[in-house]
Amino acid sequence: MSTLLERLRRLGTENEFLYLFLHSRLAMIAATVAVLGMGAAVLAPLIAPFDPYDIGSVDILDSLVPPGWTDGGDARFLLGTDDQGRDLWSAILYGTRLSLVVGLSAIVFASVLGVTLGLLAGYLGGRLDAVIMRIADVQLALPAILTALLVDGIARGLLPRDTHDELMLVVLTVAIGLSLWVNFARTARASTFVERQKEYVQAAEVMGVHPLRILLVHILPNILGPLLVILTIDLAVAVLLEATLSFLGVGVPPNQPSLGTLIRTGTEYLFSGEWWIVLFPSLTLVVLIVAVNVLGDFLRDVFDPRLR
Amino acid sequence: MVPDASNETLPETLLEIRDLTVTFASRFGEQTAIENIDMDVRRGEIVGLVGESGAGKSTIGAAINGLLPGTGRITGGTVTLSGERLDRLSEASLHRLRGDRISMIFQDPQTSLNPLMRIGEQLIETIRQHRDCREEEARSLAIALLEDTGIADAATRMSAWPHQFSGGMRQRVVIALALCTEPELIIADEPTTALDLAIQKQILALIRRLADERQVGIILITHDIGVIAEISDRVVVLRHGQVKERGVTARVLGQPDDPYTRSLMAAVPRMDRKLERFLGIVEAVDTDAAATRRGPSARVPSRAAGKPLWRVSGASATAASDWLLGESSERSAVHDPILSLRHVDVIFDASPGYLFGLGRRHGVRALDDVSFDVAAGSVLGLVGESGSGKSTLAKTITGLVTPARGALLFDGQVLPSGRARSRSHPSRRRIQMVFQDPYSSLNERHSVESILIEPLREYDLAGTRAARRRLAASVLELVGLPQRALLSYPHQFSGGQRQRIAVARALLARPELLVADEPTSALDVSVQAQILNLLKELQSTFGLSMLFISHNLAVVRQMADRIVVLKRGECVEYGDSEAFFASPASPYGRELLSETPSLALLDAVPRR
Repeated sequence: MSTLLERLRRLGTENEFLYLFLHSRLAMIAATVAVLGMGAAVLAPLIAPFDPYDIGSVDILDSLVPPGWTDGGDARFLLGTDDQGRDLWSAILYGTRLSLVVGLSAIVFASVLGVTLGLLAGYLGGRLDAVIMRIADVQLALPAILTALLVDGIARGLLPRDTHDELMLVVLTVAIGLSLWVNFARTARASTFVERQKEYVQAAEVMGVHPLRILLVHILPNILGPLLVILTIDLAVAVLLEATLSFLGVGVPPNQPSLGTLIRTGTEYLFSGEWWIVLFPSLTLVVLIVAVNVLGDFLRDVFDPRLR
Repeated sequence: MVPDASNETLPETLLEIRDLTVTFASRFGEQTAIENIDMDVRRGEIVGLVGESGAGKSTIGAAINGLLPGTGRITGGTVTLSGERLDRLSEASLHRLRGDRISMIFQDPQTSLNPLMRIGEQLIETIRQHRDCREEEARSLAIALLEDTGIADAATRMSAWPHQFSGGMRQRVVIALALCTEPELIIADEPTTALDLAIQKQILALIRRLADERQVGIILITHDIGVIAEISDRVVVLRHGQVKERGVTARVLGQPDDPYTRSLMAAVPRMDRKLERFLGIVEAVDTDAAATRRGPSARVPSRAAGKPLWRVSGASATAASDWLLGESSERSAVHDPILSLRHVDVIFDASPGYLFGLGRRHGVRALDDVSFDVAAGSVLGLVGESGSGKSTLAKTITGLVTPARGALLFDGQVLPSGRARSRSHPSRRRIQMVFQDPYSSLNERHSVESILIEPLREYDLAGTRAARRRLAASVLELVGLPQRALLSYPHQFSGGQRQRIAVARALLARPELLVADEPTSALDVSVQAQILNLLKELQSTFGLSMLFISHNLAVVRQMADRIVVLKRGECVEYGDSEAFFASPASPYGRELLSETPSLALLDAVPRR
């Protein structure tokens, strides 16, 4: 272990990014937590003692069992069970998985949409720029939750009932993505605007390089820094939005455990003494989001020379 | 070393620097910025501090008034101002000292004045900070200072905002501000670099007069030998934080003892003569500059450096010239003149109006009826001050700007302008451009190889990947860089090396006309000389036609066969370059020539 760390350190004197990373304890802790969380989510089927989707393994008689180490606890259920008798630890593992999948795909959707529009607006300017950015302004005026509710409502109205549950996750992803693309678009536009003035872009234009190639091959790599930062910060926002929407009952179907649905069921039992159902999913959510946010902050400091 | 031999009737020494060493702490250890500097400034004397980027000029200035940035600190030596040790003062007493006894004049008059305060307020505030007096007293003092620095109608100008002044006027205000507190010493850090020639001359005259009249000691930090020659009494030549030579200006510049000073002088372009090539330049200067400019992180050993003599098989400078010359059979058929401009007007920000002439704007006329020819195989120099339309002209030729009127003829054919010129138009390849700022003209995220291959790919000049790489490596060698540079990224190179890469990129399109827009104005003198040599070499070997744009008359003289002088978008002079420098036809041309600092004192420099 120590030799590995030493080798990393030596590498760190050559690579600026690695150096700063290895000298920021906070960033290292955050990265460890985030990696552990994501690892646990990916490996949920292997780690989790129960499968919360398998109704056969759930016994209603096991419902509302307190955590394993407390009075009346059951050794099989480390963090206790919920109202339907599902093992909370397994539900949290599967729930984190679902929350992260929704959060990640929403952020991918938002960034692809936002960066594309931002690049076009910043590079072409003029009327297109005005139209795109005004739409972005309107979007920004609507709170993210409202956008998501709107998309969800429209989807509910348009899609037949039986397909709705299946497409629920897609709708959720689109809803969250739509409410988050503005950040990407604005940042991409502003950076593109700066890059466009630089002589290397003029050099490509004089050469007759195709505008699409100028955008993707020349400009895009130069504006990735700030976008990466938004990506990490907004990832946390997306996970949070998923939890909020699921909590409000418009997100993930209640029979599938996500961090949001777990917290929602938990709150119903908060005042009747079953504190564990709400506490553990909430803790997971908080720790995960803080870790990702700290990482995002670190990236911003590294990439933004003005903040160094 | 005794600073000066003739010490008899000189005024008292004001500032005395002995053995000054400044180091910057970084994670790669201590970096010495300047080492064992000795320097004196007497009352009423202007001491020039000259050197190329990274020489430590500004560090000396910052060390004197305790404004060393970041982790920098004085680790040895003494700074004494009229008998008082400055290097030991506390931050609080340094703060009193700055402004009170030492003033600064910075390079950019745009940023050294607060744009949200009237000129008068800024002056009065500064005066009252340092002297206990009533507002009216401060006001009359401020007016007197403005008048003294050559601002007419000073009393009414007191209530003007900084943006209402031109660059030169603003620099006068900055100087007035520096004089407010009656300092003993003024540190002027590149005070005229951002200004046009005519204004530079006036500001330099003002600084000289102030030194004489007020007996202020002035340290003039600059990279411009012309400025030093014009007004300084004595000069200190720095390189890599060490004093290379010092003494009376005429002696140091005219008969330098030190080999570095000698090569620096040899690299200065002279307006009074045209040189075939600059000789006796220190080649190593360029490579060293890269490390110092980027700061500590540039000292990281680069991966490319570890690969000894990496070469592409079959690639060589000879292969490159064969490839470039392989086309000359076609080129002999090139129409002469290769490029003609006929009555070109460019108007910016004009709008015909959208409803009954509402919103009609007349716009700014950037080029006004410009006509000239670039003869095939020759260099046309384009000269003008900032705002004269030089860059607009370059952009018009390369198709980035659409003229409102007039025609461009390239190789005897009408050249479509602006958006009308399609991306696949043959002129895209045949006209190439070298840009001013090598720090922004190369994409930082691309390797040198992918930068160089772009034209080959775009114009389909080489079939296979291997052939492209071989050509890129060959041309790289032709412009004087090792082939392994292909593997590196632009930030690993100094300004001069980057400009070589930019030239290589232009060459790889096999151009017939090269538009060079101020290709050396972002570079140090010795690097500039190398790039000029390179361009001349390439031009004569390959018979390239070139449009060479510069604000620097001395540089243009070295390059151009014929010359065009632009003044506010109008062509005021067009003709043979040597004839222009011998006797300009227009009054504006004569004015320009008289404003360029004379380097007559360099005449004693032995030239090889």
